[in-house]
Amino acid sequence: MSAPAPSPAAPRSAPVYALVGNPNCGKSTLFNALTGLKQKVGNYPGVTVERKVGTAYTQHGQPLTLIDLPGAYSLAARSPDEAVTRDVLLGRRADTPTPDRIICIADATNLERNLYLVHQILDLGRPVILVLNMMDLAAQAGLTVRADQLSRELGIPVIPCEAAHGKGLIELKLALSRPDLPLPRHAWDIPAALAPAVAELQASLSAQDGKGPLVARAEALLLLTDPDPVRVAGSTPLSAATARILDSWKQRWAGDGTDCSGTLVAARYDAIGRLARETIVMPAAGARTTDADATLVLSDRIDAVVTHPVWGWLIFASIMATMFLGIFTLAGIPMGWIESLMTWLGDHVSALIPPGDFHDLVIDGALAGVGGVIIFLPQILILFFFIGLLESTGYMARAAFIMDRVMSRVGLNGKSFIPLLSSYACAIPGIMSARTIEEPKDRLATILVAPFMSCSARLPVYLLLIAALVSSNEVPLGTQVGLMLLMYFLGTAGAFAFAWLFKKTLLRGAPPLMIMELPPYRLPRLRDVAWQMWERAAVFVKRAGTVILALSIVLWFLANFPKPPAAAEGEPPVDALAHSYAGRAGHAIEPLIAPLGFDWRIGIGLIQSFAAREVFNSSMGVIFAVEESDDEAASQAHLRDALRTSVRPDGTPLFTPLVCLSLMVFYVFAMQCISTIAVVKRETAGWKWPLFQLVYMTGTAWVASFVLYQAGRALGF
Amino acid sequence: MNLAQLPVGASAAIQAYPQAGPAFTRLREMGLLPGTRVTLVRVAPLGDPIEIQVRGYRLSLRKSEASQVELAPEPPAAK
Repeated sequence: MSAPAPSPAAPRSAPVYALVGNPNCGKSTLFNALTGLKQKVGNYPGVTVERKVGTAYTQHGQPLTLIDLPGAYSLAARSPDEAVTRDVLLGRRADTPTPDRIICIADATNLERNLYLVHQILDLGRPVILVLNMMDLAAQAGLTVRADQLSRELGIPVIPCEAAHGKGLIELKLALSRPDLPLPRHAWDIPAALAPAVAELQASLSAQDGKGPLVARAEALLLLTDPDPVRVAGSTPLSAATARILDSWKQRWAGDGTDCSGTLVAARYDAIGRLARETIVMPAAGARTTDADATLVLSDRIDAVVTHPVWGWLIFASIMATMFLGIFTLAGIPMGWIESLMTWLGDHVSALIPPGDFHDLVIDGALAGVGGVIIFLPQILILFFFIGLLESTGYMARAAFIMDRVMSRVGLNGKSFIPLLSSYACAIPGIMSARTIEEPKDRLATILVAPFMSCSARLPVYLLLIAALVSSNEVPLGTQVGLMLLMYFLGTAGAFAFAWLFKKTLLRGAPPLMIMELPPYRLPRLRDVAWQMWERAAVFVKRAGTVILALSIVLWFLANFPKPPAAAEGEPPVDALAHSYAGRAGHAIEPLIAPLGFDWRIGIGLIQSFAAREVFNSSMGVIFAVEESDDEAASQAHLRDALRTSVRPDGTPLFTPLVCLSLMVFYVFAMQCISTIAVVKRETAGWKWPLFQLVYMTGTAWVASFVLYQAGRALGF
Repeated sequence: MNLAQLPVGASAAIQAYPQAGPAFTRLREMGLLPGTRVTLVRVAPLGDPIEIQVRGYRLSLRKSEASQVELAPEPPAAK
């Protein structure tokens, strides 16, 4: 973009615009089109809602700050996302300036419901520009939306637009250029029965709660729309005087049977209905029939297949299988490249730095840590490619529609399925994809149980332990496969059991709603999909990557310091590791893990697994001084043999079948991954939940291994 | 008759549903009001939730909510 002042943050004097609209109305597409690369993604402090702010330019090159507010159906907010939208618009958030002007975007194919939010926003009395998006799809459906008429009725600029094709953007930018944006001429009749209450509440909110007159009116209307005043008030609790007024009105209405919320919503829809009759020319007879709408004909044909009792499941299963193989297998190719690149880089940097602690810090600490961050990018990019496709085509809502019944059994909703499935490959992208779940408690429950799904980093550990467990190479393959499947089953069962438990206890609340719009199928917008992939990758590297890097350096330090005494030259490396903090920690936790059948050497492996679970294998390799070999299979076999022959101080074998099983069960349940911890911290906006997760998962692992090992011993194994 | 009992493909006008309850405020705001015509488009393969058409768009909701939405009785063979 050839605009002046290409700084990412516009000067403070730049006007602040908010972009608001229903979900599925093309808001992100418009935001991307207006801001281009100049956007910043962060978090609203204190909540887990993503905050997107960008710099856009008017047609005359004036910069402006554009806040992309989360999609909302109403200012009577029902989710944290909608609450942020409401609070920013009402000027309640100290961290976000009150927008000077508001761009409302509405889906022209579904104008009535989209106008409900617009109608509420017009109450705020701030300059509003209304963008009617998807005009091409409305035309295809035979709808004629008379934007000029709507503009005259509302007294605000109304701009027909096809954000997906860049049409209407110039007209929008010209409107942004206007210094004299008119205030909406927005008169609608508040029902007579409620008018005195609105006036009284408005006066009180203005006098007692210090709200501006129009904000006070808008808040008064919200208090009468949503039966829960605490939810409406949010971070700005009502003054006692206002609460008294509200209560006394509600008591009066309870007496005479007035439904204030229903009356108010109906009055708005009446006003919208009148507006729609004047501005929308319907196809055919013009009557508002609901069962023969041309927009939905194609979508219906697709849905007849996609939600079919047989074909629907087949399609669902093949899409999920493709996606899963994508992150499980396809991602392995670029991950291999990243590993080779990091090795190559390590070799070259290694030559530049003289040997010593600094050399090791750079190569084994920092560089390995960076590698440990970017190794996740292929999986994140591939998963968000699929999620972007599924969301922008509209299939995501159908997947939730057909899966809802299954997931509701454990108190989750249909949207939890993809995060949990993805977590079989890796919990990092899985947890990041939980942001598609609007209901905050369902989202948190999904994040909390996702790491129980056996991820690909556990696979090498399972393989090694199964190899060590079966005493001879001749054991039928079926037993080995069966053991492997058992581990996957245990993790999955644990995830569902804990999801159920959390939803019954910790995260109990109103039963989750499943009021979900099923948007018409649309062609995917690859640019928006690519945007989302880029955005997720950037957020991961910036927010989680830094924590992962820092923690990897800490782990490296713990495994390498203090150094063994100088006299110990030529000793096997086991002593160096044993002498380190990690080694000492292994000793220190031995009393804790002995009841599970583990000794201090396994303890070191457990601690080092926090870098990534598969590090257990290399950790065992160092501890049991297995010769490294270029041949991977040979190394693996050596390691297996080393485990089989390792003994405790009293000469009994260390890795008995029971210990191997106990260890595998521990790996199924334990939270041993700093990258997951970092990502949960980022996604839940704090350390509380990742630490809780660390404790409850590792506690579960301990109990499960303890029961297994002690029961096994009692039975004589 | 309530919305959960509506046969697939049939439509009817909403008569009433509970004033309170978190789901119902939202359903009203989504445009389901007394007098609004709704069509039951389909039922999910496992029997729940359902998909309805209302005001020209598609909405899915669980039967637990739909069963509390009372529909106005229709004269037989209205269509």
